[in-house]
Amino acid sequence: MHELSVAQALIEQVEATATKEHALRVVRVVITVGALSGVDAEAMRSLFPLVAEGTVAADAELVIEQVTVRVRCRECGHEAPAEAELFVGCAACGSKKVELSAGRELNIKSLELEVNER
Amino acid sequence: MCKDCGCGIDPDVHTHNGVTHSHPHPHGQEHSHEHPVSSAVEARTVVLQQKILSRNDEQAERNRAWLSEHDVVAVNLISSPGSGKTYLLERTLDGLRSKVPCAVITGDQRTDNDARRLMGRGAPVRQIETINSCHLDAEQVGRLLPEIAGGGVKLLFIENVGNLVCPAAFDLGESFKIALLSTTEGEDKPVKYPTLFSTAPVAVLTKMDLAPYLDWDVASCRAALRQVRPGVFIFELSAKTGIGMDAWLDYLTKLTE
Repeated sequence: MHELSVAQALIEQVEATATKEHALRVVRVVITVGALSGVDAEAMRSLFPLVAEGTVAADAELVIEQVTVRVRCRECGHEAPAEAELFVGCAACGSKKVELSAGRELNIKSLELEVNER
Repeated sequence: MCKDCGCGIDPDVHTHNGVTHSHPHPHGQEHSHEHPVSSAVEARTVVLQQKILSRNDEQAERNRAWLSEHDVVAVNLISSPGSGKTYLLERTLDGLRSKVPCAVITGDQRTDNDARRLMGRGAPVRQIETINSCHLDAEQVGRLLPEIAGGGVKLLFIENVGNLVCPAAFDLGESFKIALLSTTEGEDKPVKYPTLFSTAPVAVLTKMDLAPYLDWDVASCRAALRQVRPGVFIFELSAKTGIGMDAWLDYLTKLTE
């Protein structure tokens, strides 16, 4: 299950940022997960605390912002959420020349850290 | 040296509780004392907006650059286990032998069975055993590139782990993905696994020789493929009987010209 690889990659980046910021601990990690990113949000939620254990992100809250699929028509520019059947064509002009404008994201959006007051 | 109290004691053996900390000083005196340190903590939000898989993606970009510098087209073959990737590669290597210099990287959890099947067909072959992982990653591929894809290779086949789900999420640095789907799999697989099929500009329908014996509708499968990837380039072939193989080999040859 590759959510484990993703959770490990996430913790690596969190640790790197926490070190750079001289953080005492990580309070919250906010990630965006697109519906077509290939990553299951629930699996991430279960795995995160296990992978975070023993790191500066142990006990951090994981916030997952899920992004729905959106498509943009290359012909008329119309942009809309994709239908359940996926990519049936532009709702405005019927063209099949649609492309994904959202839904593949798998990003760290932000971290909330606890740092020493300076 | 501890950055808060300046003592020379290994920072791992004493702790700061955010206000003061104390630790024994083994200087021949039995005492400990408090040092005031920075008194308060505060919250700081750091906005990153970066890809979680940036490490994999950065390696994938390095792979991509290497392949480009060495003039190699790399294709990432993804499908369910048993859809015919290895067999198609056997016949493909036979067909391109002495015409297009090829190389193969093949991945499975265990064994080098696929590599063995592909050796001796005129192309260097390497096996990656992923052990527990369900997909190949850019680092695994990157390690093999110099030894396998240098020396005039024009076409690199990367046969991913048999899996319709995970491999699609991991960029390897390939030129593009090729999705395989066999006639013994449902026609609606593309809409059921859109993460893969929407990212593959080429789809190969394999085992077409079995189609007459199955309740499988090629038009319906083509429609599903086009639904998730408008403009997808579809090959229909049987590596076993040879039908459709000429078009496939011709296409691969043209890719490297």
